[in-house]
Amino acid sequence: MSAFLIRRLLRFVVVCFGVSLVTFSILHASGDPIALIMPEAPEADRVQLRVALGLSDPLPTQFVRFVTNAARGNFGNSFFHREPAFRLVVERMPTTLGLTCLAVALAIAVALPVGIYSAVRRNTVSDHAATAVVFLGQSMPVFWIGIMLMLLFAVQWRLLPVSGWATWSSMVLPAVTLGAFTTPLFMRIIRSSMLEVINLDYVRTARAKGVSEWLVICRHALRNAALPIVTVIGLQFGLLLSGAVLTETVFAVPGVGRLIVGAIRQLDFPIVQAGVFLFAIIIVSVNFLVDVLYVYLNPTIRLR
Amino acid sequence: MAVTLPRGAVAYEASGPAASGSRAWRRFALNPAAIVGSLILLVVVGAALAAPWVAPHDPAKQSLLRRFTPPMWQTGGNAAYPLGTDQVGRDVLSRIVHGARISLLVGVSAVIVSLIVGVTAGLVSGFVGGTVDTVIGTIVDVWLSFPQLLLALAFVAALGPSLVTIIVVLGLTGWERYARVVRAEVMALREKEFVDAARAIGVGRTRIIVRHVLPNTVSSIVVMSTLQVAQAILAEAALSFLGVGSGNAYPTWGQMISLGRDFVTVAWWLATLPGFAILLTVLAINLVGDRLRDALDPRAT
Repeated sequence: MSAFLIRRLLRFVVVCFGVSLVTFSILHASGDPIALIMPEAPEADRVQLRVALGLSDPLPTQFVRFVTNAARGNFGNSFFHREPAFRLVVERMPTTLGLTCLAVALAIAVALPVGIYSAVRRNTVSDHAATAVVFLGQSMPVFWIGIMLMLLFAVQWRLLPVSGWATWSSMVLPAVTLGAFTTPLFMRIIRSSMLEVINLDYVRTARAKGVSEWLVICRHALRNAALPIVTVIGLQFGLLLSGAVLTETVFAVPGVGRLIVGAIRQLDFPIVQAGVFLFAIIIVSVNFLVDVLYVYLNPTIRLR
Repeated sequence: MAVTLPRGAVAYEASGPAASGSRAWRRFALNPAAIVGSLILLVVVGAALAAPWVAPHDPAKQSLLRRFTPPMWQTGGNAAYPLGTDQVGRDVLSRIVHGARISLLVGVSAVIVSLIVGVTAGLVSGFVGGTVDTVIGTIVDVWLSFPQLLLALAFVAALGPSLVTIIVVLGLTGWERYARVVRAEVMALREKEFVDAARAIGVGRTRIIVRHVLPNTVSSIVVMSTLQVAQAILAEAALSFLGVGSGNAYPTWGQMISLGRDFVTVAWWLATLPGFAILLTVLAINLVGDRLRDALDPRAT
């Protein structure tokens, strides 16, 4: 167990290092970021800015500085807001995580019963209907789902606000949008995980013992399917955050995603780097926790 | 004997997929979902290829007199502009038809980039193993730690938006799936007798990979590529929705939806209709890909 933990921890550190390298290279991908930011400025001004931002140092020096600063949460000042980029990102993080959590809660509330039902009633009309919904859902761009919901509920029927995040009613459409994007994914995972366990011997034994079908599914099958479900959902966290970025853009939700998209349009690199880095660190941490949890909860691995 | 054995082994392996090919094809061709998907796809590809001849109008031609013409089935609609016009009077149908070109071009090209990078990485990783495998595995881990959309967005912006940049960046965001699947297949195949046999008679490593291992991964690569094209089309739409598409030179579906969002209160069709184009195209590809998987690869779920 501890050997596993150490190996995992080591990997966590290595991946974090890789994440910083990729984030660092965003700024340098163009070759000369200063020429990109101020294409019309005279060369003298560019040189001055380059020195001021430390861009004239050798790349390894810059990278070491980037990593040490990033570890302290310092990504420099935003070019446009003239405030520390990291603070701007962190301030908006609760909104983005709130949106993501609401969407996940909605998605689980729908996908869990439907996914279990369609696994139990495999190859019936309701299973096929659920599969069709999964196919449709996975073929729609999330931002389009958002605009369609907005068109119906905010423009046509005037039930909910078009955009924003200030009131509870304004949170409904973004949460439902991201939830609608997440639900088909969860449904597919839950259905296939349930299918893997539902015909195993111990489930059949429970049935043979005369345990009620409902108890068989909840106590015996679901408990064993839960672990892979949690793992796969944990691995999809990055996809969820990408969906959150698009949802925030559609509904003008003041979250990290919208901040980064705006910053990318303005070539405000400190914010882009801080935002992308923080998102990546969150994903790495979630994956690390899921991994450890998996081993901890799975006795066949824990006792080895 | 020593000379005929490798030939026999190769012939056996080559005849394997071919023999089951017709059965797989029948399984695919008789499926209603596969037929519907293929037909939709045929229409979309046809529209993309023949866009200049099929589209009723020049997609860039503006007409301030005809701004916000609704689709023809609504009052005020005009049969010359079946799906209406946008905020500067451009024909929506023509723009959707032309948009199919970018979507398919980017979708297919990005997948080719992913395919080349990912299959190479997977083959090397699975066959060489050891440190190389660990390094490639770590790169995959790092890659998967980013929200792919944001990473693509950032790099497209930094490199300057253009069609080539988008194709390369989207290609590089999807390669790791190929690497993982091909690696797993190679690991399993590496232990098979025919690979041992080839090695025993002195066939070189590269030749074993290219002649013996690669052909056996083809069916899963084909299936994955189909589904990846759908993902790449969605990703391209997302990028151009967020405004870092290939510029304004060509109409793209994502960009049309993005503009339509701004006029959502006055012209519902602007955001709605290009979305249906995406939905139909991606759905068709997903249906075809899913059936292909069932037909070619019964093991996979």
